[in-house]
Amino acid sequence: MRVRLRNPDREVELAGARTVQEVLAQLAIDPDTVLVIRDGELLTRRDRVREEDRLEIRPVISGGAG
Amino acid sequence: MSGMRCRRCRRPAVIEVRRHNAAFCRDCFIHHVHEQVRRAIEAFDMFTPQDRILVAVSGGKDSLALWDILLELGYRASGLYVGLGIGGYSTRSAELVRGFARGRGAELIEVDLATEYGFDIPTAGRRGARSSCSVCGLSKRYVFNRVAMERGFDVLATGHNLDDEAATLLGNTLRWQTDYIARQFPVLPAEDGLRRKVKPLYRLSELETAAYAFLRGIEYVVEECPLVAGNTQLRYKEALNLLEATSPGTKAQFFLSFLERAAPLFARQDEVALRPCERCGQPTTGRFCAFCRTRAQLLGEPLAPPVTDREVAAGASEEVLPAEIHGGGAG
Repeated sequence: MRVRLRNPDREVELAGARTVQEVLAQLAIDPDTVLVIRDGELLTRRDRVREEDRLEIRPVISGGAG
Repeated sequence: MSGMRCRRCRRPAVIEVRRHNAAFCRDCFIHHVHEQVRRAIEAFDMFTPQDRILVAVSGGKDSLALWDILLELGYRASGLYVGLGIGGYSTRSAELVRGFARGRGAELIEVDLATEYGFDIPTAGRRGARSSCSVCGLSKRYVFNRVAMERGFDVLATGHNLDDEAATLLGNTLRWQTDYIARQFPVLPAEDGLRRKVKPLYRLSELETAAYAFLRGIEYVVEECPLVAGNTQLRYKEALNLLEATSPGTKAQFFLSFLERAAPLFARQDEVALRPCERCGQPTTGRFCAFCRTRAQLLGEPLAPPVTDREVAAGASEEVLPAEIHGGGAG
């Protein structure tokens, strides 16, 4: 699957279906610090994602400007 | 598709809030957010439906979510956007804020720092004695209060969330800045020359405000301010998130318990005498306020009381209460 990461913008490819929690663990991302978005919908940790999915992992932390 | 179910209605969940040990579907989550803000407003008598509220909006998730929530709850909320001159970041922020205001038919007031006061934030960061973040916060607080006073708003609202407040409290506590701690409250009452300030999102985490903005279809600036990288507020947030990861609820307990049990113990630290700035008339603790001092230094101008009406009109000021200098994000 293709995963878009932000701040800075970049993309990574991951192979195989898995849960969102597993995707985040592989990328060493704390689930409480991001929104995980697929096709305009939010996903929770336990949702499963497929090989052909495109995800956006959007950080929620802001440092000053809010 | 979801393994999680909404705590309220048992439909598939779209967002999990671990500190509440709960997950929510879209509609119930929006209800949850509105309830948290209602509780905050009531707990501190922040404002009434009759009050005119000025919301400081940056184009980020917190401030736009706050503006949206207040409008949804039926409050009279206008937005104030301060143009900081931070290249494409400021351009995109302004466009999103304008789009939000247009879409809701809400009043938006814009103040451009360079046009009104002769400097922008990147220039200030390069030339001045203060960091970019420090001048930015100082300038926004100044403009915010001044606009509220001049335009007759009753209260100022900022989008500081639970993570902002917990991180600021951690920083203040690590340095035992008791005067700052004394003023770290969801409501700062009006004083002579200062409008009341409120933080209605203090019960909501950044995850919740971001999810709310997303689920409400609010377009906000996702990218981080290019000048903010590595600031201390971010480091404190990261430290708290490490604790939160293994003990959900740590941040809420830290800040909400502070409000309940510790804040009253610091209240007496906050007794400072205010007087009008000799240049602009806004409240300060010395002869000239921090904004006037900073602006004079940046523009290479002498710091003196204004001598013409034009100068009075252009004069700049800012309160210099210690806790204000150490504010977090503007939401």
